[in-house]
Amino acid sequence: MSNANQSEVIELDVRTDEMLVNMGPQHPSTHGVLRLVLRTDGEVVSEAVPHIGYLHRCAEKIGENLTPRQFVPYTDRMDYLAGMNMNLGWSLAVEKLLNYDLPDKVRHTRVIIAELNRIASHLVGMGTYGLDLGTFSPFLYAFREREKILDLLEYVCGARLTYSYITPGGVTADLPSGWLEKCSAFLDQFEPQIPGYHTLLTTNAIFIKRTTGIGLLPAEMAIGYGCSGPVLRGSGVDYDLRRDGDARYTALYQGYDFEVIVQKDGSYPKDQVYPAVPDEAVLGDCWHRFYVRMLEVIQAIKLIRQGIGFYQQATGDWGTPIKLNTKLPPGEAYLETECPRGQMGFYVVSDGGESIPRRARARSSCFSNLSIVEELCRGCLIADIPAIVGSLDIVMGEIDR
Amino acid sequence: MVIDESLVQRLKQQFGEKIVGANLENVDPWIEVAPGGLVEVCRFLRDEPATRCDYLNSICVVDYCEVDPKKAAKAKWEPHLEVVYHLSSIRLKTSGVLKVKLPRWQDNVEGQLPEVPSVCEIWPTANWHEREAYDLSGVNFGGHPDLRRILCPEDWVGFPLRKDYEMPLEYHGIRGR
Repeated sequence: MSNANQSEVIELDVRTDEMLVNMGPQHPSTHGVLRLVLRTDGEVVSEAVPHIGYLHRCAEKIGENLTPRQFVPYTDRMDYLAGMNMNLGWSLAVEKLLNYDLPDKVRHTRVIIAELNRIASHLVGMGTYGLDLGTFSPFLYAFREREKILDLLEYVCGARLTYSYITPGGVTADLPSGWLEKCSAFLDQFEPQIPGYHTLLTTNAIFIKRTTGIGLLPAEMAIGYGCSGPVLRGSGVDYDLRRDGDARYTALYQGYDFEVIVQKDGSYPKDQVYPAVPDEAVLGDCWHRFYVRMLEVIQAIKLIRQGIGFYQQATGDWGTPIKLNTKLPPGEAYLETECPRGQMGFYVVSDGGESIPRRARARSSCFSNLSIVEELCRGCLIADIPAIVGSLDIVMGEIDR
Repeated sequence: MVIDESLVQRLKQQFGEKIVGANLENVDPWIEVAPGGLVEVCRFLRDEPATRCDYLNSICVVDYCEVDPKKAAKAKWEPHLEVVYHLSSIRLKTSGVLKVKLPRWQDNVEGQLPEVPSVCEIWPTANWHEREAYDLSGVNFGGHPDLRRILCPEDWVGFPLRKDYEMPLEYHGIRGR
């Protein structure tokens, strides 16, 4: 016998109490080191508080006890999905303090390597985002291509995850002979795979339903909360450090032709042949953050192709890495680079005469990006939380200090 | 915000004594502000069309303290803390540095944290950055809505990024050294 037509009984049946729920880990790079405490009322989340610090490895403290070159391997372990970009940020900051000039060849090597790592990182971001939303194939396809990039990077420096390849003063070794050919062969093979990802995710009806209109981040709020990278550009803010950043960093990209991926005048750059924005998508939602990453991969391919051309004509050698115990001049330097996840800043303070910096500070993008979770999750459904956290593409190693 | 002579003059005119000094020689030039004037100066820098610092990159604390007495005698500075604010303007694509100098301990009483006003109202991102600075370097941010430790456990003793910090021998039965 059903009593479902008695309205007051139904009300009693579905009345819910507020509950505190521990959520996670659901994203591969937040494995056990991010705790999200949700206050839920039924399916609706009224509050989501991220708790961080389970990884606390004292990276900054170590930086104050090592010389800049010795600190390079520690930067690898910050964003372990884009170690090369981390190396680059730290090296540039130290070089800025030392006022160190680099040969042309180093510059192009760094662009090629950093952009290659950016593709690898975005592939993980994309693949695991699919995983967050319950689809498995894109993850495998993304990792298949990422493996090939890791092979290339291994060929360059011998490591697959923690490279320590770019160091203050240059790179640790020249690109091996035959590497550039392998790299272009990879790009030729990789580029036709991209439409496949779009079929599986970008234009997939379920994916669109799960990501559009969710986790809305208006531009003003993104700037106020210090968001950066694809999260900031997904909200329509036209800002990329490769174009707008510190002179030392933009000098790397001088002469390269690339576009900053952001929605301008209601659409993405015209020359993109990739899927149109679905009608449901709102600027600043999860879908846009994902899409910006996808299009950035194309730009990275473009940059690497140009870099290979420039490298072949470049003069000079692969730089002379600074000595392990190089004395640092008094002063301080801060430099931010555009990493796959956003702006990574390094700050080196020296009071002169010593080879160990007084302060080595790392400002990471994920730290600021994660602080927005509390705002984004207010009033959403529990099922949307993985979509929101995943769209920020967080690596906990970077949040750590 | 580009920090140059004209901006320093402008700020000095507007805020007088609250602009303590500036260093334009450094790789990244900086302006030093008195703790009392920090919020006003930040609000000015954010709203002024010529500077438009709408983006706070980072807040960090540098501890100027020498534990080794031999080196301390040679040091050219008095022991102190510096809170460093890195700002940028998304619209103008420029950046700059603000600094606040604090004593290592309030009124020279060891354990009493020095205080600087919070800038959470101006940039919401300061919330987490200030919590981190408080957690690791031991600076109080007056007016912060929720000043708790962020990386260390709530009951952790001491501030790890202070130069004279000593790692505890034991924490809840876990050997430290």
